[in-house]
Amino acid sequence: MYKYDEVDFRLVRERVEQFRSQTQRYLAGELAEEEFRPLRLMNGLYIQRHAPMLRVAIPYGHLSSLQMRKLAHIARTYDRDYAHFTTRQNIQFNWPELACVPDILAELADVEMHAIQTSGNCVRNTTTDAFAGVAADELIDGRAYCEIIRQWSTLHPEFAYLPRKFKIAVSGSADDRAATQVHDIGLHVVRNEAGEVGFRVLVGGGLGRTPIVGKVVREFLPPQHLLTYLDAVLRVYNRYGRRDNKYKARIKILVQAMTVEAFAAKVEDEWLNLKDGPSTLTEADVAYYAGFFTDPAYESLAANPAAFTDKLAEPAFARWVERNTRAHKRAGYRSVVLSLKKTGVPPGDISADQMDAVADMADRFGFGEIRSAHEQNLILPDVKESDLYEVWQLARQHGFATPNIGLLTDIICCPGGDFCDLANARSIPVAEAIQRKFDDLDYLFDLGDIDCNFSGCMNACGHHHIGNIGILGVDKNGQEWYQITLGGSQGNYTAIGKVIGPSFAQADVPAAFEKIMTLYVEQRQEGERFIETVRRIGLDPFKERVYAKSH
Amino acid sequence: MQNLIKNRALASDDGWRLIRSADDTFSVEEDVILPLDVYLERKDSQHAGKLAVWLAPEQDPAVLQAHLAELSLIAIDFPAFTDGRGYSHARLLRERYGYQGELRAIGDVLRDQLSYMAQVGFDAFVIRADRDAASALAGLADFSEQYQATVLQPVPLLKRRVSLIVA
Repeated sequence: MYKYDEVDFRLVRERVEQFRSQTQRYLAGELAEEEFRPLRLMNGLYIQRHAPMLRVAIPYGHLSSLQMRKLAHIARTYDRDYAHFTTRQNIQFNWPELACVPDILAELADVEMHAIQTSGNCVRNTTTDAFAGVAADELIDGRAYCEIIRQWSTLHPEFAYLPRKFKIAVSGSADDRAATQVHDIGLHVVRNEAGEVGFRVLVGGGLGRTPIVGKVVREFLPPQHLLTYLDAVLRVYNRYGRRDNKYKARIKILVQAMTVEAFAAKVEDEWLNLKDGPSTLTEADVAYYAGFFTDPAYESLAANPAAFTDKLAEPAFARWVERNTRAHKRAGYRSVVLSLKKTGVPPGDISADQMDAVADMADRFGFGEIRSAHEQNLILPDVKESDLYEVWQLARQHGFATPNIGLLTDIICCPGGDFCDLANARSIPVAEAIQRKFDDLDYLFDLGDIDCNFSGCMNACGHHHIGNIGILGVDKNGQEWYQITLGGSQGNYTAIGKVIGPSFAQADVPAAFEKIMTLYVEQRQEGERFIETVRRIGLDPFKERVYAKSH
Repeated sequence: MQNLIKNRALASDDGWRLIRSADDTFSVEEDVILPLDVYLERKDSQHAGKLAVWLAPEQDPAVLQAHLAELSLIAIDFPAFTDGRGYSHARLLRERYGYQGELRAIGDVLRDQLSYMAQVGFDAFVIRADRDAASALAGLADFSEQYQATVLQPVPLLKRRVSLIVA
């Protein structure tokens, strides 16, 4: 993991003191509400339905056990014993007191954490594949670049007051697990024909009111030019992005208005002036940052030790291994996904005791490392296969072992109307109703891989557009209704789902899901996943089934 | 009173008068900061005082390239502190066009933005009239370092860090 040096600590602490001063001036009436608002947002602080909400950055999803214990401490001391993992690998606290927030930030700074730019119209937390560095299918470990981008974006003086928020995601594997195509900038770490490492640069993806898949503005960017090119993209956006209408202010609207060709040309013009400037990276620069992401002290192990395979005779364990572990680049190791999608618990929520339990498990079995995934689960990246049975038992004891990763009940879900001021409808109880409808594990397994994404409003924090099945909460005359979309997907074949028809009352959502799944089971061909069936047969059969008049 | 900070200190009024609109009148003796179109129209006419120009966020600083040698002051207007275009324009003037004169932030200029403004090349700030320039001055000291290459520190931190280690 990256380790702060004196300068990193100093900057984070200076930001804490700056925010302390801003908060004090606000509470003393010296800063008007509209002046304080952008400042607190840039420090992750929203004023929500019940209380402020503080979003803490987890840069590219990396957490140490020490940091996790600090988060548990904050949940206990300043909040109500729990917190919520977001769809951008961050964590948020729902009940802090405004006056305590500077103290929370000071505590975070002690463990190399902060809330800088977790909201506001600035460059947000850079996200990446939660399995970066350990995935069996990884081409290049992009984490050194993630940290370089984190530092470049942190307190960037030119880009602190952009037209709108700006999100960057990096992917280094064959299978894009970072949703790079729906980010303002998506960076794919790739090799060109000469075998050199570089980036394919996508710009203008995003969800929200106007879901758009990002477009390639540069097929191959040599890595030394990463920062100057980012500066060029951001400068074009900062200067020309719309500021008259916040719903038209994202870079995707600028790219669309200019056409991607004209936008790329404008960036290229700007970049020619910045290229080879002082921010050009050398191999030594990259090597310095890569040095923080070296392998832990792996043992030389044989794959599939008897201590592991013998236990697979136990069906519940085998099922958990199948769904909740992933192949590792090293023989004898696997990555474990701890499910935060237990029925009855809001998706992504975690208690302070659970945080401590994860930290203990990471220390005992996984070099003290934890990752947060944008699907709102946690990962122990390096677990020996011979330890998996014990890890499973501990995971069960602490409520992390629901074997549903990638299945219908592993719902990506925003906090919705229970907490969020923006939401049109509640998401948590509806997600739970769906989980209860599909509580038969055999049936759930048989349905197989299904991304189900749920947003409580069109801001799309729950990424409903890219769910194979998506749900959007809508307001109809003050009542909560739910629109269902089908055919969305993330990853290499990112697609925006289509609405199947009129929205449903809350009580009718699970039944609609059941009809959709029944039709899928009837129609699927051998080995065909849900999304593949939807693509093959189209939406019409689903519409007919869901909206058929009952006889 | 101008409520002016200059060269990292409170400054007394320096006589520059900001002319917001083309309809505002001024005398030939006055030192005036003019809207871009008025400046371009008047810059070659008889004027005993000094002439400067201010740019609105949508105005491209490239139009001043040919006139930089004649300008000892350029002001950049922030109609709202959340409008960040002026930061890019300051860098362009300093880094691309090589402007060496005074770069003055005007408009909704407040304590909490001063540190960033200084980093991108502003060296004078007219603090919004209802705020105290003396307390705003503290904002310039909010950060003692920055990660990025900026006008104030042209070598990004990662270069200084790595070269320190390599050396």
